[in-house]
Amino acid sequence: MVEMKTLDMREGAQGRRQQGEEITVGSLRARSYWMMVWVRLRRDPVSMVCGVILILIALASIFAPWLAPHDPYQTSVFKRLAPIGSPNYLLGADELGRDMLSRLLYGGRVSLFVGLFPVVGALLVGGTAGIAAGFVGGRTNMLIMRLMDVFYAFPSVLLAIAISGALGAGFFNVILSLTLILIPPIARVSESVTTQVRTYDFVEAARASGAGSWTIIRVHVLSNVLGPIFIYATSLMSFSIIVASGLSFLGLGVTPPTADWGLMLSTLRQSIWVNPYVAALPGAMIFITSLCFNLLSDGLRSAMDMRL
Amino acid sequence: MVYYIIRRVLYAIPIALGVSIICFSLVYLGPGDPIQAVMPDEASEAETQRIRVAYGFDKPIPIQYLLWLNRAVQGDFGNSLQHNRPVIAELIPALQNTFRLAVFAATLSFLIAFVAGGIAAYRNGTWIDKSVTAFAITGVSVPHYWVAIILVIIFAVELGMLPAIGMGSGSSRDWAWDLDHVKALVMPVIALSMIPMGIIMRTTRASVLEVLSQDYVETLRSKGLSELNVLRHVIRNASPTVLAVTGLQFGHLLGGSILIETVFVWPGSGLLLNEAIFKRDVPILQGTVLVLAIFFVFVNLIVDIMQTWLDPRIKRG
Repeated sequence: MVEMKTLDMREGAQGRRQQGEEITVGSLRARSYWMMVWVRLRRDPVSMVCGVILILIALASIFAPWLAPHDPYQTSVFKRLAPIGSPNYLLGADELGRDMLSRLLYGGRVSLFVGLFPVVGALLVGGTAGIAAGFVGGRTNMLIMRLMDVFYAFPSVLLAIAISGALGAGFFNVILSLTLILIPPIARVSESVTTQVRTYDFVEAARASGAGSWTIIRVHVLSNVLGPIFIYATSLMSFSIIVASGLSFLGLGVTPPTADWGLMLSTLRQSIWVNPYVAALPGAMIFITSLCFNLLSDGLRSAMDMRL
Repeated sequence: MVYYIIRRVLYAIPIALGVSIICFSLVYLGPGDPIQAVMPDEASEAETQRIRVAYGFDKPIPIQYLLWLNRAVQGDFGNSLQHNRPVIAELIPALQNTFRLAVFAATLSFLIAFVAGGIAAYRNGTWIDKSVTAFAITGVSVPHYWVAIILVIIFAVELGMLPAIGMGSGSSRDWAWDLDHVKALVMPVIALSMIPMGIIMRTTRASVLEVLSQDYVETLRSKGLSELNVLRHVIRNASPTVLAVTGLQFGHLLGGSILIETVFVWPGSGLLLNEAIFKRDVPILQGTVLVLAIFFVFVNLIVDIMQTWLDPRIKRG
């Protein structure tokens, strides 16, 4: 999955090179470039709908304590596996009689955080490593990138499970193992984009006119590589959320009774013979979130693509 | 090209060594004394001490690694803690069962995705193209373990057509080609196919579109070649990329089947891993991850070589 997206990104980078004049935007025109991206994005109904849904899901999770109709940990013998649409229990209740709607709202907090934080962490670590490797080149590049190749040699899901499994279950361990598997792909993309930018004439020109390495990185390299790296990172969010929930589905994430979509899916799995539809709800939340992230990322990619 | 192949094979060696170092260090990631991780809880102090010396756990870590590697290449991954049998004896039948799932899932997704992706590219912009694209993005976005549960709800709970768990009758781990076993195969294979199908569809669509935009396709058409013959050229040119992606997906299927095997209680390497994690059976965890990862390195190698062979234009330096 990750492998394939790297290939995609390379094509994107090559496409940008062919339109070199668009890339040489200074800080003055940079703002207008982002304005253009926003205007294009606003014209794409799919991206806008996905963006709105994601914002709603995020707000619902943040304000869960105020929105939830019940205490998500309050069990009730009488309400066990109440069907969807029961009075007072809009989305039914789980196997211990806890209100599903409240649990889904609270579950979003853990699921979104565990899914999204690793992308940010990997963006910081992998992005820095990749840009450094691409800019310095030579032996440093080889050292960093060969190290990444070793991590790349694992099927990504297997590596996440192996690390989580060895560390033991837990909130932080899942975040750690996910961050570790996301670093190599981000570093690889950052390295290839930076290597590309480094060969452009304007970098050469800056160097010839006496600019120091820091100035070149700050002014010329970063402004041109951050966009593609950022887009690539958004395309990993859906993957990260699915794997994060998968790990907690396996029982490697937070421990019960904490509400978390993956964990809820796993415990409700025992109840599919009694009330299959309630059991399917947490998975539907994971699916909607991940789908919206993927569609939004695709929309952003085409909005930023110069070939439009 | 021979030069490239030799170089590529040689490059796989340090990668495989790196992989083995990561697998080796899994024992040290867990809390506590690593010897405890590989010994049953009820083991006596004397027994622990005997293993500590016999397996070199009293030596410095680099030496421990070399000793471990030496045993691992001979197929000795230690003993499973829960069954007290050699890891390899547990691993081989499990791998066979996972392999079967992965082969069927990869074949199914390749066949459907290649045809659908190709048609979508030919009918670029029509509703067929849009539905294929929508299906593909659903495939890569959907949590496949959830699809597995939905399939169970539909075909086992509601319709009662297929078995919800297991691999054929009873808790047998041996495969046989009868109706029971084939029925048990259906849902896990479909659930596993979701991700590769989406990815292969997107790749096929993109590469066929690219080939169709080439000048030589225009030339072929203008010199009066029938559309069927044009199609032959298109497939010939689009297939190396698609085959490469399919090969990689096969590798991901082998390593990533743990969630699906957990849902269906399929006695494969994924279920073995799952049990190993929760019973803290580190030798099994280590051995399974090592074998799957080395296999993935091998798949990558084959895919790279095959791609160079299929598409000689790819020049690798």
